[in-house]
Amino acid sequence: MDYFMEQVINGLQLGLVYALIALGYTMVYGIVKLINFAHGDVFMVGAFIGYFGFSSWGLPWPLAILVSALCCACLGMLIERIAYRPLRYATRIVALISAIGVSFFLEYFCSLKFMFGPNYRVVQRPFDEVYWSIGGVTISNIQVLIFCTAVCMLVGLQYLVMRTKMGAAMRTVSFDHDTARLMGVNVDRTISFTFGIGAALAAVGGVLYAIAYPQIWTFMGIMPGLKAFTAAVLGGIGLIPGAMLGALIMGQAEVMTAAFISSQLRDAIAFSILILVLLVRPCGILGKTQPEKV
Amino acid sequence: MRVSKWVALITVILFSMSIIAGCGGGSGGTTPAGGEEIRIGLIAPLTGDVKTFGESVKNAFEMAMEEVDYKVGDFTIKVFIEDDRNMATEAVNVADKLITQNKVSAIVGSVTSSSTIPISEVAQANSVVLITPTATNPKVTVDAARKDFVFRACFIDPFQGTVAARFALTELNAKTAAVLYDQGNDYTIGLKDFFKESFVAGGGQMLAEEAYTKNDTDFSAVLTRIAQQKPDVLFLPDYYQKASLIGKQARDKGITATFVGGDGWDSPELDFVAMDGGYHTNHYSADDPRPEVQEWVAKYTAKHGQTPDALGTLAYDATKLLLKAIEDAGSTDPAAIRDAMKALNGFGVVSGSITFDENGNPIKSAAILQIKDGTQKFITIVNP
Repeated sequence: MDYFMEQVINGLQLGLVYALIALGYTMVYGIVKLINFAHGDVFMVGAFIGYFGFSSWGLPWPLAILVSALCCACLGMLIERIAYRPLRYATRIVALISAIGVSFFLEYFCSLKFMFGPNYRVVQRPFDEVYWSIGGVTISNIQVLIFCTAVCMLVGLQYLVMRTKMGAAMRTVSFDHDTARLMGVNVDRTISFTFGIGAALAAVGGVLYAIAYPQIWTFMGIMPGLKAFTAAVLGGIGLIPGAMLGALIMGQAEVMTAAFISSQLRDAIAFSILILVLLVRPCGILGKTQPEKV
Repeated sequence: MRVSKWVALITVILFSMSIIAGCGGGSGGTTPAGGEEIRIGLIAPLTGDVKTFGESVKNAFEMAMEEVDYKVGDFTIKVFIEDDRNMATEAVNVADKLITQNKVSAIVGSVTSSSTIPISEVAQANSVVLITPTATNPKVTVDAARKDFVFRACFIDPFQGTVAARFALTELNAKTAAVLYDQGNDYTIGLKDFFKESFVAGGGQMLAEEAYTKNDTDFSAVLTRIAQQKPDVLFLPDYYQKASLIGKQARDKGITATFVGGDGWDSPELDFVAMDGGYHTNHYSADDPRPEVQEWVAKYTAKHGQTPDALGTLAYDATKLLLKAIEDAGSTDPAAIRDAMKALNGFGVVSGSITFDENGNPIKSAAILQIKDGTQKFITIVNP
């Protein structure tokens, strides 16, 4: 039983890390209906800036996370301005291909010598690990940190989207750009803001990821990005609680497969769950089927 | 009007001719008068997850070349160095480039088995001699049939895995072992299989055999399970980056087993704190008192400011072997070099004296090193 609980905690940690990335994915999708494939790479840039922050620049780690989030927010807005805004009224596939292009650009540009370099870096954790044993189950301070951050981000985002003026603007834009503009919403600024928030979330996720799994390199964003995207789709893309739920399911599925079935099947089973859920509920677990707008 | 047109046309022709001439000069321009040229390529992972391997190999390759002043027999050597980033596809690309574009007679490389197995096919198909310093998987030289243009300067994984298993059984008195391996990497799969075979044959018990993929970073689930089973030894047959990451997480999960690994651990970037107390097999030890070894260590340290790792040492040996074969052959024809290579008998290099068996593998001993207090401590030598 202790063993089972320990695996549940392992799954929770992995799931929450996916959730940090999935929240950004789902938010951008919710507002502009664009799958931002560069999101996983913004996550990578965030991890690197955070790493430089607390190792090279000597910042305290909470400040390093903040700096990383700010830098990535700017990067996110820049990407939106350069790669997506000119294509806003093009077909969706064009924007998608542009997103894949941005993704490759970030990966390979950051691999250049004068950027982050193509090599793996070992992250020295900015604080010592502490372990607590609660009823036979071991919990580390890193797991607690990830848990608190993810919950705060989820609540914060829900508040931002549902209760603030900017949130109202975001929801308006998500329905119809032109109508929103007629209502006096600054569409460009709202979308730019959305990208900024999404990128900042990815950056926070990246730094926490680098602390939890202390090795970073420029292609580290691909797999977590893909899994987080899957999680967002599983939960119902565009919905913030859906991303969280999907990510938690993904994390548990992977860990439980590795723990009780076979480590060779972990990805296979995680993705099979996605296919099965989508067969039954094409809009994801929390997604609602909307009538086609004509 | 007409005149100026002609002038423009002639200018364009002259210009393009100079470009063509420039290209020709670029690839073959350094041939001195009177000497023939032999082209040799080097493929190594200069960047990426095992870049310290590539750096050592490149340093050692260049040292071997400088020692002979880029001359062998009557030939001047022209060197082409390519980076494979430890990716199989990239390795094939650069091997194709070296063979078709740079027209090399022989290639030294690559370093890892997963990159070298595909390029051994390319070299064999194009009849170009390939000698790898450190790719230990058996499939490098024999896969379905013997690839007779391919040689290596190192021992092979069946031997390395056996040595590790026997060491765990007899010296560490291990009864039980667990292994984590990369299911997409021939090197780790090979080592895992051979370790398991000998460990079980010697009366040991394998408690767990867990797979992961190259991009995995979270090993918590399987490590929690292994922590429950409490094996005596945790075998981590991957390169230094992954082994370090797993080793650290294993200690986080409270696993107290002794870590054991292969030659992939041999890097200054191994996490010496997490892996402290672990043992790994290697091709040589810098503490070996033989004069060849000490002379080489002194030479390398003087030039590069650090003791050479096994990868550098074997790259030096591989280059020396190739140069000797070219000298014996007296030809740039890869088939002649291949025959000269096969005929080598007891040729002395740093890591031992080399005679190739019928599969292009030298018969060599293995060293066992321990990670202790931030350095590698020489423990013992195991003969085949």
